[in-house]
Amino acid sequence: MAYFETLGLVKLFGGLAAVNGVSFDVNEGEICGLIGPNGSGKTTIFNLINGYFPLDKGEIYFNGNKISGLKTHKICREGIGRTFQIVKPLKRMTVLDNVLASAFLRSHTKSEAVELAEKTVSFCGMTSLKDKVAGSLPIASRKRLEITRAMATKPKLLLLDETAAGLNPVELEEAIALIKKIRDSGVTIIIVEHIMKVIMTVSDRVVAINHGMVLAEGTPEEVASHAGVIAAYLGEDYCAAG
Amino acid sequence: MKNHLGPLAFLLVLIAFPLAVRDPYYQHLMILVLMWVAIGSGWNLIAGFTGQVSFGDAAFFGTGAYTAGLLAHKLGMSAWWGLGLGGIFAVIIAFPFGWICFRLRGAYFALATLALNEVMRHTATIWESLTEGMVGILIMQTFVSKIPYYYIALAIAVVSLISVQVVMSSRWGYYFVSIREDQDAAESIGIDTHYYKMVSLCLAAYLTGLAGSLYMNYMGFIDPTIVFSLHDISIMAILVGIVGGVGTVYGPAVGAFIMVAVSEVFRTGGFGLLEKLTAATGSPVMVLVTKYIKEAHVLTFGLLVIFVILFLPNGVVGGWRKSRRSH
Ligand SMILES: Nc1ncnc2c1ncn2[C@@H]1O[C@H](COP(=O)(O)OP(=O)(O)O)[C@@H](O)[C@H]1O
Ligand SMILES: [Mg+2]
Repeated sequence: MAYFETLGLVKLFGGLAAVNGVSFDVNEGEICGLIGPNGSGKTTIFNLINGYFPLDKGEIYFNGNKISGLKTHKICREGIGRTFQIVKPLKRMTVLDNVLASAFLRSHTKSEAVELAEKTVSFCGMTSLKDKVAGSLPIASRKRLEITRAMATKPKLLLLDETAAGLNPVELEEAIALIKKIRDSGVTIIIVEHIMKVIMTVSDRVVAINHGMVLAEGTPEEVASHAGVIAAYLGEDYCAAG
Repeated sequence: MKNHLGPLAFLLVLIAFPLAVRDPYYQHLMILVLMWVAIGSGWNLIAGFTGQVSFGDAAFFGTGAYTAGLLAHKLGMSAWWGLGLGGIFAVIIAFPFGWICFRLRGAYFALATLALNEVMRHTATIWESLTEGMVGILIMQTFVSKIPYYYIALAIAVVSLISVQVVMSSRWGYYFVSIREDQDAAESIGIDTHYYKMVSLCLAAYLTGLAGSLYMNYMGFIDPTIVFSLHDISIMAILVGIVGGVGTVYGPAVGAFIMVAVSEVFRTGGFGLLEKLTAATGSPVMVLVTKYIKEAHVLTFGLLVIFVILFLPNGVVGGWRKSRRSH
């Protein structure tokens, strides 16, 4: 059995099947890119993995255990961290307190948690912002805070939902570097991203979805040259550029 | 340590207060202030820090008061046992309530607390074989002097403030505030939000029930309309919580002082000033004004809330902190 595995995930919203029979595997230690046009169901897949929405059908296995059906906080405890596409900072708390709140999960005492929070903040390059109130941060830092907060729960698998959207070229490079650094520290990653540059440079493997179904799966090059994917997702833009 | 100097100095003043001010009337008001510090601290834990606004604190206050009253009335025990058990019985009410109602979010939860308040008041009114209904419960007070009550109330207030301070700087405190700020984010970082909302509610109910049993011992008389009062207890608790500063440890202490003073000004018609004016002028208009002002404290409470929200959104303590930091 794969390290992480989804089997026939289905999620219906009223009559609409936002996710319609999605199965894919992720191997330990890799970065798996999840791509697809807007509204194709990527965020919903994350919400199913992390237990935010109940599944209508399907199963999810992680590290040898069935995690589908568990509550969100239990899934985090099992070792799956996530970021939100629409960021959810704890606005009236400082950056360090945001991270501290999540560092308690893997700490017995407060001083242990503070130590872990400080370490994670510095690992993610947020030390200079740690005393700022989260609500006052610009979008790039909020996105980074999402990652930092998830990292403080010491995840084995990290779900990144468009953490590079809205960043300028310099911030983008920093984000790519951070993602690679996280992978190198031994965390498996599933990343949803619209910016092809990010997906192509960081992913070991890519899963392309459309209308809630898996369209193609393979190396970034294979998926990028898949006819269906080009039609559904990359469209004219890609043809013109290529 | 520097942070504790202010509160410690203030505590010394409070310890000296009844020795310096011998007038029982002012001692009485201070006992009420101290009782409200405990209630306000409880409300602040669940509403101010955890973000689950309660409109039904009287449910816990009344439970604490009736626990003390019934121990004396039915079992012939000392009502002082209520100080130990009143909070526990309030928790026994809070537990199943929270278990069911924390599925509700935001305004729906607030409405559920309002309903709990009303259910408790009606139960206490109707279940005459246990509570004596509207007749109420009268017990013999232990002390004639107000001073012993004052020090017991002071101890309860101090314990409340210290408990909140300790809780809020621990794991629980961080979890409470995370839940307030964003429940979904809190779940996703591994916080069992349902469980920690329960913890916060039970702590709040305990402090409020403790205050209720103090009230029974001190006043010697309770009935359902007094201790389960939506307006005099539940709404007052909200005001104490927000006037002083929502989500600040000492906010409720400041709020308790202000609110007891404000309600006393209204209850007495400006400490009898209006009556004196009425008598002096003999004007029928003044008679009416006096009557309405005395009854208008509900309205004034409302206006006060609006004032605080407009001009001191962080309450007196929060606003003061902020202006101090900017220096
Ligand atoms: N909470 C929800 N309620 C109803 N429909 C939803 C909800 N969340 C997502 N959807 C719908 O599901 C589809 C997939 O959305 P989403 O997973 O956000 O797409 P993506 O992240 O790939 O852009 C969209 O049609 C969206 O409108
Ligand atoms: Mg999305």
